[in-house]
Amino acid sequence: MSIQPLLIAAAALFSIGIYGILVRRNAVMVLLSIELILNSVNINFVAFNAMLSDVFLNGQIFSIFIITIAAAEVGIGLAIVLMLFRNRETANINEFDLMKW
Amino acid sequence: MEAIDIFSYFLLLLLLLSGVKVVTTSNVIHAAIFLVFTLATTAVLFILLSAEFVALVLILVYIGAVIVLFLFGVMITRAPLGPNAELDNDQNKLLAAVISFSIFGIFTYILLQTFDSTVVISEGTSTKLLGEILLSRFVFPFELVSFVLLGALIGGITLARKDNALMDEDQI
Repeated sequence: MSIQPLLIAAAALFSIGIYGILVRRNAVMVLLSIELILNSVNINFVAFNAMLSDVFLNGQIFSIFIITIAAAEVGIGLAIVLMLFRNRETANINEFDLMKW
Repeated sequence: MEAIDIFSYFLLLLLLLSGVKVVTTSNVIHAAIFLVFTLATTAVLFILLSAEFVALVLILVYIGAVIVLFLFGVMITRAPLGPNAELDNDQNKLLAAVISFSIFGIFTYILLQTFDSTVVISEGTSTKLLGEILLSRFVFPFELVSFVLLGALIGGITLARKDNALMDEDQI
């Protein structure tokens, strides 16, 4: 198969993730949308690795690193959401406006 | 058009449909299940692109660990289970659709200008080679990532635990 449909599908997944971040009100759902964005970047890396048939497999190794960092990010993000929920009794990101000017 | 082409177009369609359902469904648990579906489709796509080890890592780490963490987060923050109209910011919907569509349009324009329809070669890659590269050429980032995970572990515990000395009930 050719590279173009893969890249366009990854771009569409990225835009879907952006839409989710902007629209969702629950903080956990925003984290889910961030996972969609990271996933689209992984698709790009693996597709380019297959297109260039890289000897050093740079694309696959970078996508493994991205998956690792994403796991760490989800852990920290959910801990922050849990902390906010404990202090404010809600996970609604509209009400987290303490640092808003 | 070969059979593998039709199969991969079908996979991409499935990926996008389940991705759309992740951000539009009004049920929190359904969103997590659709994210599982999206990630599983991505894993099949990776196997088609001859990245078997990355596909397995995706299944193990994402579907095995991250989704379970998300379900814990949903349960702990008492997000209302079942259909829930309060999940979306309704006044943001139009603006968000415009922004994401314009981002998609710009990306598609640039991608179609830049890349011709180069055929993706998918010959198998050996996991042995991947491990050797990871532990020779990329050994410094590999060790660095372990420190990032350690930091995330300590940070998660510090954030999530109730520290009675610092957070006295009277002070809050």
